[in-house]
Amino acid sequence: MHADVILSHAVTGLEGPLLFARREANVSLNDAVEVIGSEGRARVGRVSALDEEAMVIEVLESTSGLNLDGTRIRIRQRPLEMSLGPNLLGRVFNSVGQPIDGGPPVPARQRLRVDGMAINPAARDLPRDFIETTVSTIDLMNSLVRGQKLPLFSCGGLPHDRLATQIAQRARLRGAQAGEFCVVFVGIGVPYDIAENFRQAMEKSGALAHTAMFLNHADEPSTQRLLTPRFALTAAEYLAFVEGRHVLVVMTDMTNYCEALREVSASHGEIPSRKGYPGYMYSDLASIFERAGCIKGLPGTLTQLPILTMPGDDIGHPIPDLTGYITEGQIVLGRELDRKGVYPPVEVLPSLSRLMDAGTGKGYTHADHPALSNQLFACYARASRARVLASVMGVDGLPETDRRFLEFGDAFEERLVSQEHPRTLEQSMALGWELLRSLPPSELTRLSGEQLARYIEIEPAAAPAESAVD
Amino acid sequence: MSRAHIQWIGGPVLKARVSDPFQVHEALAVGEQRLLGEVIQLSGDLLTAQVYEDTTGLKPGDLVVGAGLPLSVALGPGILGNIFDGLLRPLGDVDEHWFRPGLAAVRSEEFEFEPRVAEGDEVRGGQVFGEVAGLGPGRACLVPPLISGRVRSIRPAGTYSEDATVLVVEDEHGEEHSLAMQHDWPVRRPRPAAERLSADAPMVTGQRILDTLFPVARGGRAALPGGFGTGKTVLQESLAKWCDADVIVYVGCGERGNEMADVLNEFPELEDPRTGRPLMERTVIIANTSNMPVAAREASIYTAITVAEYYRDQGLHVALMADSTSRWAEALREVSGRLGELPGESGYPAYLASRLADFYERASRVKALNGEEGSVTVIGAVSPPAGDFSEPVTSHTKRYVRSFWALDRGRAQARSYPAIHPLKSYAEDVDTLARWWQLQGNSEWKEYRRRLLGLLETQARLERMARIVGKDSLPAEQQLSLLAADLMNEGFLRQSAFSEVDRFCSPKRQTAMLRLMMQFIDLAGEAVARGVSPAAIAAMPILRTLQRLGEEFGEDDLDSKPQLAARIGEAFNALKAPEENADAR
Repeated sequence: MHADVILSHAVTGLEGPLLFARREANVSLNDAVEVIGSEGRARVGRVSALDEEAMVIEVLESTSGLNLDGTRIRIRQRPLEMSLGPNLLGRVFNSVGQPIDGGPPVPARQRLRVDGMAINPAARDLPRDFIETTVSTIDLMNSLVRGQKLPLFSCGGLPHDRLATQIAQRARLRGAQAGEFCVVFVGIGVPYDIAENFRQAMEKSGALAHTAMFLNHADEPSTQRLLTPRFALTAAEYLAFVEGRHVLVVMTDMTNYCEALREVSASHGEIPSRKGYPGYMYSDLASIFERAGCIKGLPGTLTQLPILTMPGDDIGHPIPDLTGYITEGQIVLGRELDRKGVYPPVEVLPSLSRLMDAGTGKGYTHADHPALSNQLFACYARASRARVLASVMGVDGLPETDRRFLEFGDAFEERLVSQEHPRTLEQSMALGWELLRSLPPSELTRLSGEQLARYIEIEPAAAPAESAVD
Repeated sequence: MSRAHIQWIGGPVLKARVSDPFQVHEALAVGEQRLLGEVIQLSGDLLTAQVYEDTTGLKPGDLVVGAGLPLSVALGPGILGNIFDGLLRPLGDVDEHWFRPGLAAVRSEEFEFEPRVAEGDEVRGGQVFGEVAGLGPGRACLVPPLISGRVRSIRPAGTYSEDATVLVVEDEHGEEHSLAMQHDWPVRRPRPAAERLSADAPMVTGQRILDTLFPVARGGRAALPGGFGTGKTVLQESLAKWCDADVIVYVGCGERGNEMADVLNEFPELEDPRTGRPLMERTVIIANTSNMPVAAREASIYTAITVAEYYRDQGLHVALMADSTSRWAEALREVSGRLGELPGESGYPAYLASRLADFYERASRVKALNGEEGSVTVIGAVSPPAGDFSEPVTSHTKRYVRSFWALDRGRAQARSYPAIHPLKSYAEDVDTLARWWQLQGNSEWKEYRRRLLGLLETQARLERMARIVGKDSLPAEQQLSLLAADLMNEGFLRQSAFSEVDRFCSPKRQTAMLRLMMQFIDLAGEAVARGVSPAAIAAMPILRTLQRLGEEFGEDDLDSKPQLAARIGEAFNALKAPEENADAR
């Protein structure tokens, strides 16, 4: 282990978050530093470029109060790391992994680089274990599996935090393999009340003891926002791959992260790409999202549920667009459904879970699950087309079949999408079959003859009772 | 070995002060960990280089050593069936959970070698001098393209390491070349061939919408653009599984790690429908996932096409799946930005178009140096931001490919996969490939294709009209056109990649299905002309069978085609009765 070196009177310039200094010690690229102002406060930073005489330090906290003469630089001679050990759960940390709940520091059993390392693709185990979230639109239509990264694409003012909290409280594995489940909540540039609401909700459900929280408040400097998910994921990786737990990481709000990235990139004087965001935003987001996964031979898993609010409700905006290219699907929340009073307001058609085929069907959930969700998608898409037609020529101008699809679409939203209480997958499936029975069987081309006979062409009386649902 | 010392470093780019001469594109070993790098610019006594690995921990003064060669990869029998990073370094050791910098580049697996030439023989570049025992494809050992001469010595049959000398060739200048089963080739230089040939046959993909509507020729180039969630990766994987190439090179360029895991997990268990051998045996995976170093992403595409050309030179038909070329272009942009180059459109460097052209031009059907015919077919996925096909990567790619498979969000949202939009896609080699279909016993292919596209075009037009006047107000023939187009979309063009029965569709089955559909449409046309209402046709039970034909008429059911055709005929005969009653009234 190297001894720390302290440089005094080395600073030659300060520009936004960048600090220019003479290189008077043996420094390497990406070394962690502490920048200590004359008032004595230490700020985390790292070496972002260097030559023989000079170096550029990116200060990851506020630079206000720093001056050229009185600022000292403590050089760690190793990259930015986080000390990790037992008893992480139940704790609250700030952006740079320091406890802020008044408790003792975390015992340092291991030091891990916060940038993490890429999982060897050949060592990845395929995510297959279905997670029951008790939300029909996710379980039935866009299933979440362990090791997946499935973001919530939301808009300002929609109840995405409520949905994420409910998933964090209720998500479970089916069957006996439940295992040790825990939650890492990452607040990136969140207002105080959102963080507090989450904490209270988890406390009420008794899940707080299985939760570690990393909070970066909205009023903290944007450079720190870039570190919050990295520290949190380092802790999550420790919980998953060292302690062998099944970790669900809820990150809100990734839009704040991307805004911070743009701000910091601009202060570096980099050439901007689309809408002023840096050209490397894809790679940067990937370095966060790709930390989800399962590894062969290790017991734990890391699942991510990032939340982002689409600027201007536009799914084509660079933030949701690049996220969608990295993550394994997306759950899209819609304003229109929310206005209709549907909760959770999940827009089923643009939502997708890419790993659904690996984690559903025979041997995973139910043999007829894939066909059912496929058929529901096709019918709801048809209902949406019928709605467009109806808006032009009125409902009465539609052929009989289209009118039935229109009714199906309304029932689908009111009964399946909307839900007050948690539903098991079986309850969601029963509801799906029931909705399909309102349509002419000849239109249900995604079902096999056998499935038609078993679920659709039965006397209503013989159908399993649905009253238990909701 | 030339040496230099780091003078400046930031991110993946470094400048070093040279003590000895270097050349542009020379491979480098940087720092204590000997990280792999490449020279990009030379200026006075400074060189600029990009490093293909995480540069954390490098500092000014660290040593940079030149390899004396351009960035090269070792091509040999140990490649097939394995997974590599973007610089062809093996990733297959699953106990290495994390991808660490300084990964060893050497492979030294042992193989059973059998010589095919004898001492004193004249050998030429590209000639097969030996073979590796085994069953899969790609077991020939080639003389490197630029070497020819007389065999001074060759080792007898036996087991040797891949990089051990087995052959010594003396060229006309008396210089001796020690050759192993593997040889190095620079990734940015196309491998030479004796002659380039023009397209003659399609690469059969087993996907109906591609083979029947938008075929790609062997040695051709296709682009697969689509926004996220439109099914690019699933389609690429389906092609890798079922297309009739001898060797598949699958390069995951800046994509998801779980997708690579999926391929690695699934391919060994799947069988090649033509040979009955495990699919993995004919597959090479090159993975630079989105969180692996960016500079290596730029190189991974060249590595992949070099590997593909190596198998082409053995007389094999190779399909290269690149997912996704947009990530490669972004890596180009990122490195260009770090070098401080002047940005062009959307921040991409001005040379983006010429780099894309260089890459796609390496797709070819050739007579190899050893006289055999081989081909490299390139299928590049494109991920346009916000699904906008006018962005630079998509629009430049469009100029260099001959088949364009545009993925459509609307179709994907209705889970109608493959979500290729038939009216936005095209294939330029249709006339050439019609001859091949004729040889397969389908001389009507071109005519069917024209009718099918016409039908889909009509549907798009009529649906606009139906939106204004209502479907029921359209004349009966037009209602029938809508019904027929729906049937083709649902029963023929849709094909589930996850269905055991329908994930692959042989040309024979495609022809049979297409004939059954056309028979139905023709008979329906006649019926409507006789006065049968389109609603009566829509209610025919046989229609449901046709809509589910892909599922219910598998490769083993081809013999039942005449019965099905007869059933369609009978169903229409039965329709006659009410209409004749109506006449009687």
